[in-house]
Amino acid sequence: MIASTNTKRVVIEPVTRVEGHGKVTILLDEKNRVQQARLHVVEFRGFERFIQGRPFWEVPVLVQRLCGICPVSHHLAAAKAMDRIVGGENLTPTAEKMRRLMHYGQMFQSHALHFFHLCSPDLLFGFDADVAIRNVIGVAAKYPDLAVQGVMMRKYGQEVIRLTAGKKIHGTGAIPGGINKNLSVEERDFLLKDLDQMITWSRGALKIAKDYTVENLEKVAPFGSFDSNHLSLIRADGAMDLYHGNLRAIDAQGNKIFDQVDYCKYVDYIVEEVRNWSYMKFPFIKSLGPETGWYRVGPLARVNTCDFIDTPEAEAARKEFMAVTDNKPNNLTMAYHWTRMIELLHSIEKIKDLLHDKDLQGNDLVVKGERREEGIGLIEAPRGTLFHHYRVDKNDQVVMGNLIVSTTSNNEPMNRAVQKVAEDHLSGQSELTEGLLNHVEVAIRAYDPCLSCATHALGRMPLVVELVDAQGNMIDRKAR
Amino acid sequence: MAKPKVATTSLAGCFGCHMSLLDIDDRILKLVELVDFDKSPIDDIKKFTGRCAVGLIEGGCCNEENVHVLQDFRKHCDILVSVGDCATMGGIPAMRNTIPLAECLEEAYLNGPTVHNPSGRIPNDPEIPLLLDKVYPCHEVVKIDYHLPGCPPPADTIWQALTALLNNNPLDLPYELIKYD
Repeated sequence: MIASTNTKRVVIEPVTRVEGHGKVTILLDEKNRVQQARLHVVEFRGFERFIQGRPFWEVPVLVQRLCGICPVSHHLAAAKAMDRIVGGENLTPTAEKMRRLMHYGQMFQSHALHFFHLCSPDLLFGFDADVAIRNVIGVAAKYPDLAVQGVMMRKYGQEVIRLTAGKKIHGTGAIPGGINKNLSVEERDFLLKDLDQMITWSRGALKIAKDYTVENLEKVAPFGSFDSNHLSLIRADGAMDLYHGNLRAIDAQGNKIFDQVDYCKYVDYIVEEVRNWSYMKFPFIKSLGPETGWYRVGPLARVNTCDFIDTPEAEAARKEFMAVTDNKPNNLTMAYHWTRMIELLHSIEKIKDLLHDKDLQGNDLVVKGERREEGIGLIEAPRGTLFHHYRVDKNDQVVMGNLIVSTTSNNEPMNRAVQKVAEDHLSGQSELTEGLLNHVEVAIRAYDPCLSCATHALGRMPLVVELVDAQGNMIDRKAR
Repeated sequence: MAKPKVATTSLAGCFGCHMSLLDIDDRILKLVELVDFDKSPIDDIKKFTGRCAVGLIEGGCCNEENVHVLQDFRKHCDILVSVGDCATMGGIPAMRNTIPLAECLEEAYLNGPTVHNPSGRIPNDPEIPLLLDKVYPCHEVVKIDYHLPGCPPPADTIWQALTALLNNNPLDLPYELIKYD
């Protein structure tokens, strides 16, 4: 939108305490009323194109460099796609359980990082607290015990990743058709040592998120909120499953849009719109169209879509959460925090179950079957449903890659949240203070966006010059 | 005496190096006793508030905004450190340097199997930064004082380098902490 002379442009750049590069622009009229508010993702990678020609077995290690916060998600989604290329999608119990352990470790560290390191300052100090203390260092000064818990919980998740993937960031554990190591008894015992402490702290973190939401419900309920569809993977029996399942989408009232869809058919259900003001695309459900087909993903969507959670403490927490909205989907942006902590507890419960499973010490690590030329792998990453899709030729080289990263699906929801907060809190204010502007970022942070993940195409900016006459007719157009 | 300041940024990186910095775990509580953080994605300081002793740069330069941020860091930091493979040599994002850029854009916005783009538009709003012809390592854009290799450099590497620099000690990392992965 071209600003007219009376329009003021306010920019928040960069959006901080999120992963990746984004900025918010707000256009105000002469009375400081919000005309437009947008989250622009300003980063652009090129993974779909530059992985072409690479050997397929390299992809799980290569594409995780999309994101250093949740590399395991990309590592595993790509590995699941490559399982299908080598005909090894029916993994051995050891391989599947090692991957699940890696994934729950990842979920645990990512959710702890987001809650304690990135978001807790807003919740503990207030949205408009002094910028000098509104960060994790400020939390460490005022609530040292809490900060230590956050640091040690993240560390625990990272250790789980290190022992399953080989290193804490950008590991190599998953390979097409399986895994390259099991978990030794020594490694298992090392992780069991701090497990009970982690469970206790996870309960505490869940309580903080729940109490915050319930005690401030009047304030947080309208904050950046709106009705939406929700999408996630779901197990065949309707349970939440973060590693594998079929696709389920529901509307804001909980009616199913589609259910138990084989994710290898995702192209029939999901498409992505391109808009010129963000490098991040805008996905929507094909049958509904771009106006009403957009949806949320991530912890809130997963708790809304699932019928139950298969670990006892997280299931009890889910029931408590759903009771707030009479078992209808919860559409509050700020409810992401509560659901994220339900998943934190679920992940550590799952880690506990897995560590007591002797299959992790098995030696049957890899399976192979009939070679295919196309592979699709989906996973529930910390931030939502992650789609990886590849075609591989007879020379084992990748010829096509398509990625729909979790945060991309939340693009429209985040923009709605930004627009709503701008209208509710900023519109008509005589002065836009730093604290007021942070309100916009609080809404974005609720989605835990991973903006560098989401913008994985990379290339030269096309320069398009259009010469238009006074009637708006195009006279000439030059493109680079 | 006021504590020295440290600033950090991620340019064309994945935040993995920042995550590796956080992997110093409880030593982060020691670090905040040694230093104050200035501009960084982990706090909400969006513009430099003063002179910094050390600037940690993750990622190379893939767009004009990266260049401006890097130049700003050079201006405000006594010592500038390229952290990780992307900052030191472009890293994985520099794989696009051998490919015509129009092809990258067409793949992402026109040809992908889930793209819905009836008007054939490619993002070009003035609010999103112009991309550079290729991805540049940081030392090709400004003077860089130290390089820490690795994808990412291990937490111990970052910790030892940072504490050495803050204490005016020579940067003498043991062989095991120099990684090229």
